[in-house]
Formats: sequence, structure tokens, C-alpha cells
Amino acid sequence: MVYSLPEEVLEHVFSFITSDKDRNVVSVVCKSWYEIERKCRRKVFIGNCYSVSPGIMIRRFPEVRSVELKGKPHFADFNLVPEGWGGYACSWIDKMSRAYPWLEEIRLKWMVVTDESLELISTSFKNYKVLVLASCEGFSTDGLSAIAANCRNLRELDLQESEVMDSSGHWLSHFPDTFTSLESLNISCLGSEVSFSALERLVARSPNLKTLRLNRAVPLGKLSTLLQQAPQLVELGTGAYLSGVRSDVYSALSKAFLGCKELKGLSGFWDVDPSYLPAFYSVCSRLTTLNLSYATIRSPDITKVISLCPNLQRLLVLDHIEDSGLNALALSCKNLQELRVFPSYLYVADANVTLTEQGLVSVSQGCSKLQSVLYFCHQMSNSALITIAKNRPNLTCFRLCIIEPRTPDYLTHEPLDIGFGAIVKHCKNLNRLSLSGLLTDRVFEYIGTHAKKLDMLSIAFAGDSDLGLHHVLSGCEILKKLEIRDCPFGDTALLANVAKLATMRSLWMSSCAVSIGACKILSRKMPMLNVEVTDENGTLDPKLDSCLVEKLYVYRTVAGPRSDMPGYIWTMDRDSANKI
Amino acid sequence: MGPHEGLGLEITELRLGLPGGSGGGGGEKKRVFSGGGKNGNMDLVVGWPPVCLYKKNNICHVTKMYVKVSMDGAPFLRKVDLSCFKGYSELGMGLEKLFGCSGIGEAMKEESESCEYTAIYEDKDGDWMLVGDVPWLMFTETCKRLRIKRRSYANGSRLHGTNT
Repeated sequence: MVYSLPEEVLEHVFSFITSDKDRNVVSVVCKSWYEIERKCRRKVFIGNCYSVSPGIMIRRFPEVRSVELKGKPHFADFNLVPEGWGGYACSWIDKMSRAYPWLEEIRLKWMVVTDESLELISTSFKNYKVLVLASCEGFSTDGLSAIAANCRNLRELDLQESEVMDSSGHWLSHFPDTFTSLESLNISCLGSEVSFSALERLVARSPNLKTLRLNRAVPLGKLSTLLQQAPQLVELGTGAYLSGVRSDVYSALSKAFLGCKELKGLSGFWDVDPSYLPAFYSVCSRLTTLNLSYATIRSPDITKVISLCPNLQRLLVLDHIEDSGLNALALSCKNLQELRVFPSYLYVADANVTLTEQGLVSVSQGCSKLQSVLYFCHQMSNSALITIAKNRPNLTCFRLCIIEPRTPDYLTHEPLDIGFGAIVKHCKNLNRLSLSGLLTDRVFEYIGTHAKKLDMLSIAFAGDSDLGLHHVLSGCEILKKLEIRDCPFGDTALLANVAKLATMRSLWMSSCAVSIGACKILSRKMPMLNVEVTDENGTLDPKLDSCLVEKLYVYRTVAGPRSDMPGYIWTMDRDSANKI
Repeated sequence: MGPHEGLGLEITELRLGLPGGSGGGGGEKKRVFSGGGKNGNMDLVVGWPPVCLYKKNNICHVTKMYVKVSMDGAPFLRKVDLSCFKGYSELGMGLEKLFGCSGIGEAMKEESESCEYTAIYEDKDGDWMLVGDVPWLMFTETCKRLRIKRRSYANGSRLHGTNT
């Protein structure tokens, strides 16, 4: 006889379990736990919006308050996903508007959202609080006006890096005068001006505002006004950080920053005039996050700033920081956990910028808490990578981009296999890895053997043969996301590991060597996968099995093939792979 | 048929085009795979380096390098932003679009007589130089203005030192 706790007690216990992974585990313990858990789940995260349908989600979880969805594959960020690919939020928002009257939060990434959907959101949910649209597109300020006008209890509006069609600068004025609940506003992606007086009034009547990220169009002269209205800010994104030669702007700004005792994070900094940097020195000692990745200031100025930030945990910066700045970072910022260095010149090394592998080695040595690295550079060596690996076995995310594809170790001219091999061998908790440089199948052998905690892997211009892909698919036990471009990986490895694909969220392969025939076989063997093939040029003959596929996107799903694909993408039908 | 290096070529060889086939609904994105050779002919690789579009657009805007471009016989001048081109080929394509001077891109890269036009630029010292001699970045830093000359006006052979 099975002893079990009353439902209400279990529900109460489950309410303390908030992570999706834990909730998923709870739900498979037994049937009754599944039933209890599903009725009280409040937050749903769906990493691939095509893996499940809105109907299925709603049937299983009737009491949801927060939904997070991702649409396009990650490579959409780099222009590899063509126009019209999909990721439409429309049907999700439609169905949720009817099924979840108490929905409070919607977070979307890489999705296409329309003004109609935004309007529907604004009128359907009685207690709507959070809207995050990250890297989304398809909507304009009209949709934002509706949100502003109708969401009386809105707390957060975050448009991170979305493409917004600006039709009116006045959408901010649609927030009624009685609206005072705003806690977080991110409009940094907006191209044109917003009405400053509306913005100022909004900030002035939002005592709980903690995060404010302005767009480039907000002039520096106005920033101090806003800061005076909101000295309680914790995160600030400036607009353009320059002004004429006017000392009153500087002194007002400096005074305003002095008043911001809670400020922990700074970003923005477009078009920086270095002479205005000292205005925020007074907050540096408290800063934990600093995003200078749009600031083209030079190394001495960057170094000066970071030397004032001993509590820095997260730094995003351009390669203008140079090795010298990174050496200073290693000395000053002992709490650093995450470093992202972006290229200022996208194609060729700028002769004036000396950023090499040495900078990263210094930081790996000096910053013992460093866990996450994104680093763009022009040269790398195996010895540097080995040093980094030995210095920082606690790395969880290592994304290295050597800008020219297939660049060998600049000292030995060898492939960088052993360097990356050292990374996966020493960093036992590595969950995300991006490779670059000259790499043979060998590096994949190392990855398959050692990278047992790897969740996401990005590969470009690497490997010699199918063996490389086979090592990864057969060795990386918990791999969920694999994205590959321009590698000689093809049918053999794919077909030898079909079962693996059902344990992953998705596989992206573009400009590789996968044939239509293999896609058909894969689709027949694995009915729970959608095998989507892209043929933008119209040159693919679906009857010719040996034809190579430009782009392949494979993902597990319980929703069957999707019906919103553009004409040049087909799902391999498991019965017959014919173009519609 | 195991593909190894030179992958891009093999893909095109194996394709069979549909009769009269032209692209489907896809965007006008560049399709060429350059292979990223030793001298880093990076111009044509889509989506590389992997910097998200949002950042790319923002970086490009910051360091604008507008220069005037004149062409023999054209009624007015144009302006181009050198920072938005990645190399001489792109500059050539841009100039062809603006002025219709076909072949100018090739003329920059090779000292051939085949193109009707030739491009020269005024550098920081005030000297008029032939476009294409120095590395691209060095060129963008020293170029003050551009001029497209018709070969017949340019006294051609004197500009191409090898051809006397």
C-alpha cells in the first residue's frame, strides 16, 4: 500500500520548487504527482516554440502565470536564418489570451510579434506585469502604445535588441498618469527619439523603477534630469554619452551620479566622449556589471574606469581594451565572473589595437572566479589555451572566436586541437563551448571524451570528416543544442546517431555535407523529430537523394510538422519526402 | 564520396538546378562561400564573424568615414562611407552601383587594362594615388577623396607602372 500525502500538502510543497528542471523531475515520479504538479505549475519555459503546441501546453498546465518561449535558432543572430523562417508568436498569444486570463508574464526571444498580438496582450490579461521581447521583430510603437495604455499593473517592459518599427515617438505618453508600478524599462533598441517629457514624467512617478535602459537618442544633457528623478536606480543604460563642450552638463551629471547610491550596473555608452567618463566615477566602487561594448574609447580610458571597479563581476567591452587593459582588469577585479570582449573591426586586425591571447591568459590568471568567457581575437596558441584551462578549471562557458576561419596556432602553425582539448579536460563543468581556429577531427575526440557536462556546442569551419561529428554525438551525453556551419560533416555521422537527436533540443547544420537522402532516412527512423531542409536558391531536387542540403534544422517535437514555413523550407515527411 | 576541404566547390558540383530555376522566397543574402583563405578574403562569408546583427550595425555607425567621390563627366559628386565596406571589392561594387562604372572593382585589384575606368584617391599628404596598392585599412585611414577617371582621360599607361 502506498502512503501518500494529501493533495493540498503536496501542492504546498511543490510551490517551493520553482526551477523548470526540478518541476519536470517531480512530474515524472508517479501519475498522481504528475497530476498535482501540472495543475499548480506557474511558470513554463519552452526553448523551442515548435517542440510543442500552445494547445498541448494549455491542456497540461491550466494555471500558468508566466510563459517563456524561444523561436528561431540561435544562428538567426548571425544572419544565417532567412527571412520568413518562422517563429511567429501569434498563435501562442491568441490561445493564451483565451486560456489564461490571469497570465502575468510573457518572455519571447527570436520571435516575430505583431502589433495585433501586443494589443491582444494588453487587453486580455487582468493582472499583466511583465513583457520581455528579446531579439524580436514584426511590431511597431503602435503595439507598444497599446501596452502602455492598457496594462495598468505593468512592472517590466524590456525590448532588448528587438527591431521595432518606429511609427510614433509618443507611445510613452500612453502610460496614464495613474500608472506608477513600473520597475524596469529597456528601450535601448529604439532607433528614434521618444518624447522626453513623457519619459521624464514616467520616471518621476515610478518610485519602484530599478532598471532604466535608454536609447541612443536620449541626449546626455537629459540624463542628469532622469537620474535626479530616479536615484534609486540599480541598473542604468545611458544614451549617447557625449555633449558639446558644456561644463554644466558635466557637473550636473556628476552630481546626479553622486546621488545614485544603489547603482550596480551601467550600460549604453554609445558615442563616448572620454572627457565625460569621470562623471560616473563615484558609482564605480559599487558596480557589479559594466557594459562598454558600444564605447570606442581607447585602452587608457577603459583601464582607468575598471581600475575603480573592484566589485566588478561582469564586463562587456570592445577589443579596444587591449592586452594592457586586460592586465589591469586581472589586477583590479578579483570578483570577475564573466568577460565578453567584442571585435571593434569586424574583418581585419586594426593595427592600432593590440589585443592578443595574452590578455585572456592574464585574466584567467588573475580572476579566480572567472566562469564565463566570450573572446574575439586574431591569434591564439595551444600553449595559451592550455594555460587558461589549467588556471581556470571552474570555467562553465568558453566561447572563443578567432576571427579568421581556420587560423592555426600562430607559434607552431599546428591545429588548436590540444588547446581546446585542454579546456574540455580541465574544465569539468563546462556547459557551453564555441570553437574556432584550425581544428581537425582530433578536437572532437577530446570533446566527446571529456566534455560530459556540455549542453551547447557551436562549431564553424572545423573538422576533417564525419568522425568529428560522430565523436560529439556519441560522446557528449547531455548535449542539447548543437549548431554547426561550414564543416565537412555529413550523412554517416548523422545516421549513426539518430537516437541521440531525440535527446536534444535541436541540431543546426548549414553548409555541411548532408544529403537529402540522409534527411529522408532520418525522418523515417525518427518520427518524433522535425527534419527541416532549407533551399533558398531553388536548386535542390528532392528526388535526387545525393543532393546536398544548404541548411538543416532538426528538432524534437510533440506537435508534428509545422505549417508556417516559407516555400523554400520543407519538413521531411516520414512517409515520402516530397516538396509540397 | 567523403567531402574534405574545398567543401564549397563540392556543394555546387553536386547540385542539379531545376530548369529555369531561380531562388525561392529567400532574402537577397550573399550566398558565396569564400573558404577564408590565407590572406583572409573575408568579404563574402555570411554571418561571420559571429557578432549579432544588432552589434554589427551599431559598431559600423560609430566610425563613419564619408569621402566625396567624383567621376569624370558626372554632373555631381557623391559621398560614400568607407567604414561600411570591408575591402576593395565591396568598394568597387558600391561605386559601380553609384556611377555605373562597371569593372572598377576588378581594376582596383589587378592592374589590367580591361576596365574603362580607374580609381584614384587623394591621400593625407595631398597626393593623388592609385586605389588598390595599399592594404584596405591603411587606405581607409589615408583616403580623403576619391575620383573615378575614364581611362582615355587618365593618360592610362603612366598610371600602370608595369606597362611601358
